Amino acid sequence: MKATLRSSICGLGVGAALALVGTGAFAQSRDTISMVGSSTVYPFATVVAERFGKANNGATPKVESTGTGGGMKLFCGGVGTGHPDIANASRQIKKAEFDACQANGVKDIIEIQIGFDGIVLAKSIKGAPLQLTTKDIYLALAKGIPAKYGPKLVPNPNKTWKDVNPSLPDTKIEVLGPPPTSGTRDAFVELAMESGCNSFEWIKDLKKVNEVEYANICHTLREDGAFVEAGENDNLIVQKLAANPNALGVFGFSYLEQNSDKVQGAAINGVAPTFDNIANKSYPVSRPLFIYVKKAHIGVVPGIEGYLAEFTSEKAWGEDGYLAEKGLIPMPAPLRATMAAKAANKVTMGGSAGLK
Amino acid sequence: MTERKASTAEIIRASLKRRYRAERRFRLYGIAAVSFGLLAVLLLLTDIIGKGHGAFRQTYVQLRVHYDPDVLGIASATDPAALALGDYEAVVRQALHQRFGAPVERAERRELSALISNAAGYELQDRLRANPALLGASETLWLLADDDIDAWFKSRGGGAEFTSRMSERKLAWVDSLLEKGEIALRFNLDFFTRGDSREPEQAGIGGAVKGSLLTLAITLLLSFPIGVAAAIYLEEFAPQNRWTDFIEVNINNLAAVPSVIFGLLGLAVFINFFHMPRSAPVLGGVVLALVTLPTVIISSRAAIKSVPPSIREAALGVGASRMQVVLGHVLPLAMPGMLTGAILGMARALGETAPLLMIGMVAFIVDIPHGFTDPATVLPVQIFLWADSPERAFVEKTSGAIMVLLAFLTLMNALAVVLRKRLERRW
Repeated sequence: MKATLRSSICGLGVGAALALVGTGAFAQSRDTISMVGSSTVYPFATVVAERFGKANNGATPKVESTGTGGGMKLFCGGVGTGHPDIANASRQIKKAEFDACQANGVKDIIEIQIGFDGIVLAKSIKGAPLQLTTKDIYLALAKGIPAKYGPKLVPNPNKTWKDVNPSLPDTKIEVLGPPPTSGTRDAFVELAMESGCNSFEWIKDLKKVNEVEYANICHTLREDGAFVEAGENDNLIVQKLAANPNALGVFGFSYLEQNSDKVQGAAINGVAPTFDNIANKSYPVSRPLFIYVKKAHIGVVPGIEGYLAEFTSEKAWGEDGYLAEKGLIPMPAPLRATMAAKAANKVTMGGSAGLK
Repeated sequence: MTERKASTAEIIRASLKRRYRAERRFRLYGIAAVSFGLLAVLLLLTDIIGKGHGAFRQTYVQLRVHYDPDVLGIASATDPAALALGDYEAVVRQALHQRFGAPVERAERRELSALISNAAGYELQDRLRANPALLGASETLWLLADDDIDAWFKSRGGGAEFTSRMSERKLAWVDSLLEKGEIALRFNLDFFTRGDSREPEQAGIGGAVKGSLLTLAITLLLSFPIGVAAAIYLEEFAPQNRWTDFIEVNINNLAAVPSVIFGLLGLAVFINFFHMPRSAPVLGGVVLALVTLPTVIISSRAAIKSVPPSIREAALGVGASRMQVVLGHVLPLAMPGMLTGAILGMARALGETAPLLMIGMVAFIVDIPHGFTDPATVLPVQIFLWADSPERAFVEKTSGAIMVLLAFLTLMNALAVVLRKRLERRW
């Protein structure tokens, strides 16, 4: 008994030591594609990855959902198999990120737009559908809004939707949305709020004079309880909307489509958030989605070219493709052709000109 | 005098009633607290089981498929290259056309193929590979239905029928299947054997369970020996001074540090400095070992402390060395307590997600990991990823995976209780 116990302890000790030594000697090669980035692109990138893996009987690419910013940081960390090959992004790469990439030796980046995502303002299916304008959204959700007379700002006094616009129902303003770390939030603020903001001439003029002040006025959401940060989980927002018929929620189009028995989207500027309206760009709150590929890894990590070919094929991102089935809004055919050619010929980004 | 005595008895008698009442109340508070806890657990379980029981059964559709060599594009069933390239989805499409009549419109054609999961093609491929004689023959098979059909089929009769992803046409087709009994729920073995998938009907927890096991193996291998060695030294050999006090305070602190901080440490030290592979069980195991180490040390020290000093003194008295005392007497007697602590630590590690976020184990991984350096994910992460997926059918998968996780946790905690009951000695 004594001896066996002692040897078993020694065995465990040796095992632990081996495990520790083992960790020091990892081969740095990798035979699966590694992707990081946006949680909005994640549902689409994973579908392509799965199909690609099945079709090739090979290793299925690994997709991490880190958020666009977190993904870019990893992507721009350097060249080599310790770093990811592809970054998924729900916005274009920022100038600062591009510069960071260059500084770390990630010189050649292929930028491919993959489609659009619509951002919807939805409410419970119980109750009449809502017709909003971007101006209504701005007046309901901005922290400070223009006073009735003259170009100055007052803290947002609107309590109900009727206060914002007499034609809207007399219910409390309560909007559930994602936190500031989310790409969905960025896009909502830049597309819906800013467009409403621009309906005031003096603010629009401010953009040329003082851009910081302009962004401050247009992009700051209320903090008095009318806008509730409900976390990154869109399913949670849908559940809360179903329970509270007066609340509105901000999330991606695919969640509206999958839950159309519970929630309905509000029409914005007279356009309902439908697949077709987002595809033909008449729905105002939609944004492009991108993937960024490290050219230096093509040929080093096997399968990147095949993955890109799968992603840019018509059966994936075309109008009847399987990505459309998952809620990705396809780009017009000419743009698809341009992007597919870019992927096939590995055209890299020229520089940081034009980036934000 | 007798009056005074009687009055004392009376006072006691009167107060006795009050004291009994107070005690009854006190017990009632206890019972209320326990029942509140039980109620909360019951609510949680009914919600999870109510939502998740469907995950263990999946909708299948019965179809007669014909392995037509022309449709498949396979001339000889013994050629593996040809078998891999065959158009199996076309065979499924043909079977559907035969059953429902060939659709004319493009949209209708798409809707018809969307009745059956795209996994069906791979199943046919497997069957043909296993039995080449099937080429040119026909057989009646139960094929996996698409998740939209599955969600609708399971929501039937429950009041709120989920039809928002079902068109009129689709409903007519499934109604005709239903009439003939050609659509049914069957046990979902794939749920336990497959890896993750973006198609809910094909998604399984096999990969996540394997990843959890690999990760926990590393965690146990590291944290148990190191934790026990540290506990033995601190309890049996270390002098009592400021240094050991300082170490003790730090160990207790570490036990309360939020686990995400260990994840950051893992990112900074193990990935960036030691270049360990991201998303690998070996890395997750090392990080989780750090998370559980304080718990293991604290419980091991408590177990060693509970061994009576008389045992040590007796051993020393007959001439044993300090090491012999520890290895021969203290350790065997403290082992049940240490094992219990280790199991509880493992149970905690099994439920961790936050530290894994930092080291890339929150990822979409289809292939089931076969080794410690293969990319892998773990059970709680799988739950987190599914809970965030837009497809409706993932709701029941999420709850189903939670049920499996709870089963594992219950098993581990029960094992801890059994070990304690069996092996523990009372002094």
